[in-house]
Amino acid sequence: MDFLITLVNGLSLGGIYAMIALGYTMVYGIAKMLNFAHGDIIMVGGYTILLFLPINPVLAIVAAIVFCVIVGIVVEKCAYKPLRGSSPLAVLITAIGVSTLLQSLAQVLFGSAPKQQMVDLGALKIGELSIGYSTIITLVCSIAVMVALNLFVKYTKTGRAMVAVSEDKGAAQLMGINVNFIIMITFAIGSALAALAGLFYFLKIQTMTTTFGALPGIKAFTAAVIGGIGSIPGAMVGGLLLGVIECIAQSIPALSPYTDAIEFSILIIILLVKPTGLLGKKRREKV
Amino acid sequence: MALLEVKNLEVYYGVICAIKGISFEVNKGEIVTLIGANGAGKTTTMQSIMGLIHARSGEIIYNGQSIAGMPSHKIVHLGMTQVPEGRRIFSELTVYENLMMGAYTKKDKAQIKANLDEIYEMFPRLLERKNQVAGTLSGGEQQMLAMGRAMMSTPDLLMLDEPSMGLSPLLVDQVFEIIKRFHEKGTTILLVEQNANKSLAISDRAYVLENGKIVLSGTGKELLASEEIKKAYLGG
Ligand SMILES: Nc1ncnc2c1ncn2[C@@H]1O[C@H](COP(=O)(O)OP(=O)(O)OP(=O)(O)O)[C@@H](O)[C@H]1O
Ligand SMILES: [Mg+2]
Repeated sequence: MDFLITLVNGLSLGGIYAMIALGYTMVYGIAKMLNFAHGDIIMVGGYTILLFLPINPVLAIVAAIVFCVIVGIVVEKCAYKPLRGSSPLAVLITAIGVSTLLQSLAQVLFGSAPKQQMVDLGALKIGELSIGYSTIITLVCSIAVMVALNLFVKYTKTGRAMVAVSEDKGAAQLMGINVNFIIMITFAIGSALAALAGLFYFLKIQTMTTTFGALPGIKAFTAAVIGGIGSIPGAMVGGLLLGVIECIAQSIPALSPYTDAIEFSILIIILLVKPTGLLGKKRREKV
Repeated sequence: MALLEVKNLEVYYGVICAIKGISFEVNKGEIVTLIGANGAGKTTTMQSIMGLIHARSGEIIYNGQSIAGMPSHKIVHLGMTQVPEGRRIFSELTVYENLMMGAYTKKDKAQIKANLDEIYEMFPRLLERKNQVAGTLSGGEQQMLAMGRAMMSTPDLLMLDEPSMGLSPLLVDQVFEIIKRFHEKGTTILLVEQNANKSLAISDRAYVLENGKIVLSGTGKELLASEEIKKAYLGG
């Protein structure tokens, strides 16, 4: 029974990781860059929620999504787009710069002291089982979001254009696809998912700091690599897997101090066995 | 009237000059071929016309409008597209999804459906395999898919970069048949080929490209009869 609760908690945490991992993996697949500032978009979402929560919770969620999407698009337009085609190292340094910028801005605006805000949604009790409603909501929402994203990619024109661009930018342009527009959409979707992840992660830890996004960011990045960076199903599987492993490790007293070490060891083992990640494909060689 | 006009096109890769000021035109309704050896600059020329590579200087005029420096996707909206060298189909998408990507610029659902039916009629193989992931198609089938995909945008000008590359003689014949059918539908064709024999035979006019320069031009018949061409490209 305890194990069941651990599993639900793990899947719920994994849902958060998966939503963030999707942002990493989609941007990597389509813009061919690692957006290390992605974790900080979660933090932007978290502060926006904190700011608007006293007014209205629904407004807070909407505001966080809208604001994160705007920040994501502005970052892409101002920082990454001018660097398109330049060395990956330059893009990486820029992403780290953007990350520092966002954290510093948050510090100027909100101060460096952690902000706490208790949000208690109660718990579902079935017999002896007790699972927090926030855990359940996180799990349900993240699964709904992932299903919706899959449907979007598979069945809409824009979604399929995203697949086309990730595979071959040049050929996609020959179809009449505006690659810059597709990249913008990708950043927008990734940022919206980060906002939701920020909401759910905040419900979980209930404390806001300027480095709020760092830990889930790095875990989700690990999840994206485990699943195969660039692969959308990979990010989902990797995220859920990592969340479950984390919760199982934490529930066993002998293992709990080593949770992070276990997670990263699993990353290393998977990369040794399958360097492209669980669902990653070998990049097709250009002829 | 010239549908496509290229004037003094110069293209550089870094400091290396790949296209050294070439000029040619393609008139409405023609089949025009660029022939040339490996590395002559055929692909570079084709990609510069589509805006995939930016030319250093020169003019590219399509339908009276300058398209030099225009983003590729906008050029496609003007009614021209390309079957790129090496096919470059979307290997993760199915045959059907690839064809639909070809119709990306089209809005009219009925027209898209009609085009799709026509492509399937022309390439029954693609219909049989419409739900197959394109990466698992044979080389010949991939070439058919690349050609069908390009035709889904009903271009006025279709450019093909070595469509017969790597195909068996039987399939090569089939590819040239298809090009003729596209042409009969009213599509103007700019073809790049190393198979000079077959391409000159179906061409109204042709240009010979050597080291980034046009060294010879004429009608398909003239070039087929030319001694220089025979020596260099027809193995005689
Ligand atoms: N990306 C590139 N960077 C540097 N040089 C290039 C690049 N692409 C092509 N070139 C050079 O430009 C010249 C023309 O190449 P291009 O691909 O246009 O030739 P081609 O006529 O299409 O040859 P092929 O018949 O082999 O396809 C070659 O000398 C080639 O080495
Ligand atoms: Mg070539």
